[in-house]
Amino acid sequence: MSQPVCPECGGAVNVPADALQNELLPCPDCGTELEIISLNPLALERAPEVEEDWGE
Amino acid sequence: MRVGLLVTHLRAEEKLLIEAFQAHNLQPDILLDRQITFDLTAGPEQRTPSGAAWSDYDVVLERCVSTSRGLYLLAVLNAWGIRTINSHTAAVTCADKLLTTLALASAGIPQPSARAAFDAESALEIIEQTGYPAVLKPVTGSWGRLLARINDRDSAEAVIEHRQTLGGYQHHIYYAQPYVNKPGRDIRAFVVGDETICAIYRTSPHWITNTARGGQAANCPVTPEMDALCRRAAAAVGGGVLALDLFEDPERGLLVNEINHTMEFRNSSAPTGVDIAARVADYALRQAEVIV
Repeated sequence: MSQPVCPECGGAVNVPADALQNELLPCPDCGTELEIISLNPLALERAPEVEEDWGE
Repeated sequence: MRVGLLVTHLRAEEKLLIEAFQAHNLQPDILLDRQITFDLTAGPEQRTPSGAAWSDYDVVLERCVSTSRGLYLLAVLNAWGIRTINSHTAAVTCADKLLTTLALASAGIPQPSARAAFDAESALEIIEQTGYPAVLKPVTGSWGRLLARINDRDSAEAVIEHRQTLGGYQHHIYYAQPYVNKPGRDIRAFVVGDETICAIYRTSPHWITNTARGGQAANCPVTPEMDALCRRAAAAVGGGVLALDLFEDPERGLLVNEINHTMEFRNSSAPTGVDIAARVADYALRQAEVIV
């Protein structure tokens, strides 16, 4: 799995070996929350912004 | 056997749930709420984004972080007779603090008193009736968002004006409770089916103790009194997989403050020693009649 970069800051993002599509992970450099939109090929996007009805 | 997992995206909880189902040699279908479309006048034979028919699912576990999407998805699936966790009835009750209060009151569950009003003038009236400090909450919302502790009339007027001016129509539904002088913590108890499987204390120097707001989790022993209260409260809102927030009122004892229907639990298994994801998966499979 090649190392992807954060679409926000360009920093390198380590994607865990057990990562799943649509999993969230933070960029270690800028803290932006990212979503793995594809595992093959590996692709990251900014996660959707938190909306008012989000919660538990 | 087919299990669906409705999600907005995958968080730590959903990964744990997937692993828990895999321990039963089951790979749940991940169903992204953003990708789902329905023909509402057709039936459950239409296809999900995974390619299966909705009617193929033995059970669907709703784990959407988007409350509104989750509620509508449950409404559709339950209308089609598809078994979900939780039921639409339970979810819609828990998602709305006013409806939760009504359900708990009907069942005689101890809870903080609560008042509701629908315009600025009457909102001030219920806050004055509640007394200071009062807590004003949106009827829908989570993670401690937009809670306001109101210590005096000036604060009440300011918050009401802000909500009237800046908020949408839902913020013009006013729900007020007295501030409960809890001992720097509250309790989050987890109910799965007819069992209170574990509980944590959430401790914070701030009056909002949600772990999403920095509250620290520690194990809370489940007493028989707590277990009985939680099971009754869970049944009152429709049952299922629920997280109950309890206050330790110095005078009234344990009070049920809120009930959550798509609980987060990533920080609760370690302090309690209870594999919450495994318990939820077991429950889901029992509901699907796989585990007897």
